[in-house]
Amino acid sequence: MLLGRTANGLYWMNRYIERAENMARIVDTGLRLALTRTSSAADEWASVVYSAGVGTGFEAKYKTYDADNVSDFLLRDQTNASSVMASIDTARSNARMVRTALTRETWESINEAWMSLKRALTRPIDQRELPQLLDHIKRETAQIRGAFHGTMLRNEIYNFSKIGTLIERADNTARILDVKYYVLLPSVSWVGSSLDNYQWESILRSVSAHRSYRWVYEAEYRPTNIADYLILDRRMPRSLAYCYAGITESLAHIADEYGTRHGCHDTAEATRARQQKASIADIFDIGLHEFLSEFIVSNNRLGEEIGRDFRFY
Amino acid sequence: MVAFDEMRPESAGLRGPYAAYEEWLLQQDAARLTEKMHDAERVFRRSGITFAVYGQEEAAERLIPFDIVPRILSGSEWRRLTQGIEQRVQALNAFLDDIYHRQEILRAGRVPKELIARNEAFLPEMIGVRPPAGVYTHIIGTDIVRTGENAFHVLEDNARTPSGVSYMIENRETMMQLFPELFQNIKVQPVENYPQLLRQSLAAVRPDGAPNPPTIAVLTPGIFNSAYFEHAFLADQMGVELVEGQDLRVIDGHVAMRTTEGYKQIDVLYRRVDDAFLDPLTFNPDSALGVPGIMDVYRAGRITIANAPGTGIADDKAIYSYMPEIVEFYTGRKAILNNIETWRCSEPDSLKYVLENLSELVVKEVHGSGGYGMLVGPAASKKELEEFGKKLKAKPNNYIAQPTLSLSTCPILTEKGLAPRHVDLRPFVLVSDRIRIVPGGLTRVALKEGSLVVNSSQGGGTKDTWVLDD
Repeated sequence: MLLGRTANGLYWMNRYIERAENMARIVDTGLRLALTRTSSAADEWASVVYSAGVGTGFEAKYKTYDADNVSDFLLRDQTNASSVMASIDTARSNARMVRTALTRETWESINEAWMSLKRALTRPIDQRELPQLLDHIKRETAQIRGAFHGTMLRNEIYNFSKIGTLIERADNTARILDVKYYVLLPSVSWVGSSLDNYQWESILRSVSAHRSYRWVYEAEYRPTNIADYLILDRRMPRSLAYCYAGITESLAHIADEYGTRHGCHDTAEATRARQQKASIADIFDIGLHEFLSEFIVSNNRLGEEIGRDFRFY
Repeated sequence: MVAFDEMRPESAGLRGPYAAYEEWLLQQDAARLTEKMHDAERVFRRSGITFAVYGQEEAAERLIPFDIVPRILSGSEWRRLTQGIEQRVQALNAFLDDIYHRQEILRAGRVPKELIARNEAFLPEMIGVRPPAGVYTHIIGTDIVRTGENAFHVLEDNARTPSGVSYMIENRETMMQLFPELFQNIKVQPVENYPQLLRQSLAAVRPDGAPNPPTIAVLTPGIFNSAYFEHAFLADQMGVELVEGQDLRVIDGHVAMRTTEGYKQIDVLYRRVDDAFLDPLTFNPDSALGVPGIMDVYRAGRITIANAPGTGIADDKAIYSYMPEIVEFYTGRKAILNNIETWRCSEPDSLKYVLENLSELVVKEVHGSGGYGMLVGPAASKKELEEFGKKLKAKPNNYIAQPTLSLSTCPILTEKGLAPRHVDLRPFVLVSDRIRIVPGGLTRVALKEGSLVVNSSQGGGTKDTWVLDD
């Protein structure tokens, strides 16, 4: 038996933990680009802000894209609901609300992450310390994940949490791919050609896939391969296909446990079936941007449908 | 006025209950103890055992300082105490039943009618309502102060929603982690079964016709409440749901909670929400913390609310001064535990006395709690005394006064070694088909030298409380 509000709290707690980690990774990418590129750093930082999906909020506050403004806005600005600090804060509030559904280890790892990040992020960021700070954030979220996977019972609580993580992750991967591709691909004719560009690596880096890509596809960055890898490769733990395999699996577990299926089961399975059938060539035929924007909308809609079906509100 | 020290009273040597502990203490290295003290703080902070202080945004979540020197009571001291407490909670429940039915104690003239009639804690909605199993106040935290070897007094009967029991359990847990060897050598009665006892108690007072075991839930105002940690802790330890008002709804004459699989009936609700917020249809209409219509379900006998609405009339500070009469009226015997001498400022003679002796008295608001709005005469400046005197004259009914008691002391560990500090004691009592008192309680300690205010909201700390198995 699980309260609807608790399921909601677990779902959002995990979305925000995932978001905090993604944010750190996106900033890491920007930092890397700023260090390796000689051309306009402002463009790189702007692209970082758009990958994070917070362009409007940023421009309302700042006029220039630079390392200080961007890292401050994405990491510690409490008025940006998606900043690492705001995300960890929201994650912890949700964790406090669902405290009785968490193991002691899981709760303590979240509480400790909150305490130590709060300490680390109260001061303005010293750019020289930025790499360590990003490592610190990733270490804290990894610790939470470790405690969670190591100690939580594999029941509905676990599954609602996993769904939250994967919906957030799919959203993040789709958004990064969309923004970067839009910026990077001057013309469709480039698809399939080999490019030597730090920018391509940056897409992979922002989803921590720059090394694993090379294990799968040799060293060359090809737009089709990168898109294939991030959308359709189920071995890649941040790909859309991986996320939807996990989401449908968790929903199926819940259906087994409750003995009932809902609309959200059909929705998720339909998305997954489409991914299984599609080839990357099909996706480029539709248009990558069209495909991804439609995915982002339907992914969000699935989240809302799950909330309705399981009485989150 | 020299306070009675529970470890080493002025005139005598080491007291018996502390003998084995002191023997251990003498073998300890001071630096190691200090280190343990810091360990304890880390444990508390990591597990989020915090409380919120209202009106202090900066310190939205604070730790209650924990002192590692235990407060120790012998088995025989404890037995005497529990007899007195049992008698008192029986009287409280009998008083509540009477006050919401025949009101014989008023007719007998033992408690003045006006005290009930114009008291906000008295709920007319409860008149004629008999709660399941006839119990009104199920969970009580009786505040006890000690002034001498055999002098225990009741300071307050917390009969609404007493808090602090999670600290009793966590303090013991922490002590066992820090000093396992102590518990091997000294037999201390356990307190950790409190959540199980609470669950048994709540199950025993389920409504007639409810399933057995009943579905129990803890109702919290939410994560911003100062005692939220405790609400979550108790729900967790009992293995029951922690619900908020927004989770609950009245369906088909029962209270039900919204789960991922639909609404599920609740039979017993341990509520940590004040009366006024319990049911917006009956009480405060703006409350979002309660459940619209729950009072109708309650009056129909289909849910147990613990503690029952309206129990505040029994622990009201104005009623407190009548407790000796109340105990005698319902139990037929003199109260085993003493009250503290109390002047009711509503009475002209008392008011006069209080105003004349303000600098020696403690004055409390009748409806206040947590040490807010209280005056400690001996510690107050001349200006504070003057201002308080004015408030007193303006609204005398609002206040009672008591002598400044010389609360007993216990040593705490300071950076400069052991030093005595004033303490009180809150044992926790569970009432159902029987009365259960867990051997121990929450010892609150005033950390500032000489201070008599032990409230956590005013800089007090806590100690593990040992009742020896002797």
